[in-house]
Amino acid sequence: MSNMFNSMIEWIDKRFPLTSNWKAHLSEYYAPKNFNFWYFFGSLALLVLVNQLITGIFLTMNYKPDASQAFASVEYIMRDVDYGWLIRYMHSTGASMFFVVVYLHMFRGMMYGSYRKPRELLWLVGMCIFFVLMSLAFTGYILPWGQMSYWGAQVIVSMFGAIPAVGDTLQQWLLGDFTLSDAALNRFFAYHVVTLPLVLLVLVFVHILALHETGSNNPDGIEIKENKNPTTGIPVDGIPFHPYYSVKDIVGVVVFLIVFCGIIFFAPEMGGYFLEYNNFIPANTLQTPDHIAPVWYFTPYYSMLRAVTVNFLGIDAKLWGVILMAGSVVIFCFLPWLDRSPVKSIRYKGPYFKIALTLFVISFFVLGWLGTKSPTPMYTLLAQIFTVIYFAFFILMPWYSKIDKTKPEPKRLQE
Amino acid sequence: MMKLTIALLILCMAPFSNAFAAESSVPLDRAPVDITDNASLQRGAESFVNYCLTCHGASYMRYNRHRDIGLTNEEILGKLVFTGQKVGDLMQSAMRKKEGQEWFGMVPPDLSVIARSRGADWLYTYLRTFYRDDDTATGWNNLVFDRVAMPHVLYQLQGEQRLVAKGDQKSLVLDKPGQMSGADFDKFAGDLVNYLVYLGEPHANARKELGIQVMIFLLGMLALSYALKKEYWKDIH
Repeated sequence: MSNMFNSMIEWIDKRFPLTSNWKAHLSEYYAPKNFNFWYFFGSLALLVLVNQLITGIFLTMNYKPDASQAFASVEYIMRDVDYGWLIRYMHSTGASMFFVVVYLHMFRGMMYGSYRKPRELLWLVGMCIFFVLMSLAFTGYILPWGQMSYWGAQVIVSMFGAIPAVGDTLQQWLLGDFTLSDAALNRFFAYHVVTLPLVLLVLVFVHILALHETGSNNPDGIEIKENKNPTTGIPVDGIPFHPYYSVKDIVGVVVFLIVFCGIIFFAPEMGGYFLEYNNFIPANTLQTPDHIAPVWYFTPYYSMLRAVTVNFLGIDAKLWGVILMAGSVVIFCFLPWLDRSPVKSIRYKGPYFKIALTLFVISFFVLGWLGTKSPTPMYTLLAQIFTVIYFAFFILMPWYSKIDKTKPEPKRLQE
Repeated sequence: MMKLTIALLILCMAPFSNAFAAESSVPLDRAPVDITDNASLQRGAESFVNYCLTCHGASYMRYNRHRDIGLTNEEILGKLVFTGQKVGDLMQSAMRKKEGQEWFGMVPPDLSVIARSRGADWLYTYLRTFYRDDDTATGWNNLVFDRVAMPHVLYQLQGEQRLVAKGDQKSLVLDKPGQMSGADFDKFAGDLVNYLVYLGEPHANARKELGIQVMIFLLGMLALSYALKKEYWKDIH
């Protein structure tokens, strides 16, 4: 039996680099041995991606991208398709959980300096993945054609209208109509199920390729490749990804599934955060809801969009909002060059960085919370203050990361 | 450091709870919802087809789905289907959209998922807080839905209420009693809201039952996968 297996592998290896790839990316890919809790979220993001692709295919079989039928077709899936409710909740919960794991994955990178040299490209590819993910979430959220789908999309689309000179034309070009209508629903459906998933898959592939070129960072932020066993050439602090991290990740996957299935089966609306209550009302083009709030993962940026209330420097307040909102996401791309600290990991960074990161996390959550609320003068003021803190984290980083009192990095991994 | 970060994250999540609860000026009464109570759901279903379905559709719901709540196809046809429809048909309203527009100024909304957008407590309060108001087109108004287009369909059961305002405090007093006592009407409205909650997500009970099995399976998986990880990692120091 094993002989037959071996000869089959041999047959394949002469025609396709199976064994060499298996070794290069799994059984002889050496990862630092000190990965902690924060290192589960990369593989979990991959799991959620697969979940979204598979459940998405089944949803597509029964969903109708037609403004007059979309809402009803979702309820048809929920009621008349066998286990349609499960597939739909897996997809809707998966969308939110995608952002949960990606945010934690990004936060891990920020804590341990994973964006630093030599992983700048890895970080940038990751940021591209994040942009595509946001576009996927946006185009997907329109599809049920509920009130929040419609009016949320209206807010986003009107942002393009704020761009000087070309805004209106751009908006019409995007919508395929003068207003958000059936034409837009059709094209957003096409983006959501074909264009964006394809781009996402390519980017994820490139992300993993870049990761395996540089090797993983770790909680100590030191390079294990700088300390190799002279005879074997294997990093002394590295262990093969398979079987060590493959079996460890299975534990992470099961814990994640417990949370994920807990939401799907016992709280699929997640208190209105994963499925908004107003989105159970079919889209009504004539009736603007009193209160438009995006899904939770967009609320921090939405707060920043609304934070600017006065025109200044000759730029319209609305355009400032759009600039801030776009800037708040794009600014992550500059992290590799903003961070001037001699060390990578928060373990060896000084108090300034720790305080800055804490303030950043607080401002992210407060802005997220404010984004779910109707604006009042008090809330707007808070949003303005925390927008400043949010941006200060990035803009002041070259300064505070340089003068910070860091501890010396160890030569070997600590545990 | 990690513990601190996690504690911080949890702390930051605290203000998030319940941010989307319906913002109403009137405190909502708690609806007695129990979608495992088939007797209540059956009473609610009968009230629904008798009082609501004339104007409102539940057009994502099929009649034969009511086997969920303990009815047979024959019972469904006898108790719930009046207009010669088949048992597998959708619960469409008898009223045409154009008529709704002419009679009420708007098409009465479909109620299939109304409990998911409005919430049970809002519906329970809404059904019980109609009052006489001569300033409106229908002669009725509502505490939680000011100038609602819908007249008080259940007034023969509940009777007629009048608004008493003391400063900001609004309360209702019963002017003319209806066929039901106050407690009976509350029970009637409670059953109806319970049914609306079921109607919003008919598979909810099946979902929770399957969820428990999935959780038991996953906990078993957790023990196994953790043991596997321990075994592999015992030589890593």
